[in-house]
Amino acid sequence: MGEHRGEALQAGTPAPEFELKSTPDQSVRLGDFRGRRLIIAFYPADWSPVCTDQMALYNEILPEFQRLGAALVGISIDHAWCHVAFAQSRNLHFPLLADFHPKGEVAQAYGVYDDEIGMSERALFVIDEEAVIRWSYVSPIGVNPGADGILAALESMAEVPVPA
Amino acid sequence: MTAVLHRPRLTVPVSERDHVLGPATARVTLLEYGDYECPFCGEAHPILQQVRQVIGDDLRFAYRHFPLTQIHPHAYQAAEAAEAAGAQGRFWEMHDLLFANQDRLGLRDVIGYASALGLDLERFVTELRNDTYAGRLREDFLSGVRSGVNGTPTFFINGVRHNEGYDLEALLEAIRAEL
Repeated sequence: MGEHRGEALQAGTPAPEFELKSTPDQSVRLGDFRGRRLIIAFYPADWSPVCTDQMALYNEILPEFQRLGAALVGISIDHAWCHVAFAQSRNLHFPLLADFHPKGEVAQAYGVYDDEIGMSERALFVIDEEAVIRWSYVSPIGVNPGADGILAALESMAEVPVPA
Repeated sequence: MTAVLHRPRLTVPVSERDHVLGPATARVTLLEYGDYECPFCGEAHPILQQVRQVIGDDLRFAYRHFPLTQIHPHAYQAAEAAEAAGAQGRFWEMHDLLFANQDRLGLRDVIGYASALGLDLERFVTELRNDTYAGRLREDFLSGVRSGVNGTPTFFINGVRHNEGYDLEALLEAIRAEL
């Protein structure tokens, strides 16, 4: 830690509400996930190198997140049009949300906006069914944090019935 | 509350289940999580061969599959082809052929490699068709996810994730530090 500028919201804090565009004509709100677990992955920008790309990795692990009762969204300051192109090129199966206008407002609310570079940090939040943050982590910006921390956090939460 | 370790540890140690090169008594085990269609893994492949030559019997090399199937459409089938060849005792030969032909990993291509290796083709094709090694591939993938694999290739040296580069010098240095 220590690499980030803001103070990331910690476990036990209610997750700030947001409404962001996932495509140019569709919006996603935190409230849409009420009653489910949600993983929010803030990342600096679309189009980082392919094989070490965090979003491509999470896309691959998505079935495991779902097995643990969690949905996933990615959030960056890119515009919805940019997200659409990025998601298509990487075949992503989860929404990317545009924290574009006012720029970085949601990242600010979660305490993970880096004012110096004008992008969000690489930060992870696991949010429970009641919209309370249960785990958060900020990675050094150049380091893909992987998924082991997310999985451990989800497993430490109360069991969810696994669909047969 | 930091659950992501900076130098994650391997959660499933290298064992008899793994494909290995080099003696079990070697002082250093180098494990790769790789993807046959990943260009970075392709670049690493000849470097790893050099590393094995230089270090010799002090090194055991192991490989596990971590196919990023959504960005590499042939990676999963290539991993299955390696396993199917492995079932006939030719894992490493197929492994080398796949990395040597990263842009030719279609079904016809891998059947061609199986044929070149003199494998029982009927068995090979049936196993690919039946997804015989799905469980094994999933096991490899999840063991990687749990151990902090965050892209390909990811290396572990004696069970600790190697965070530095994978050029010859960086790998040799990290391995020699364990000797």
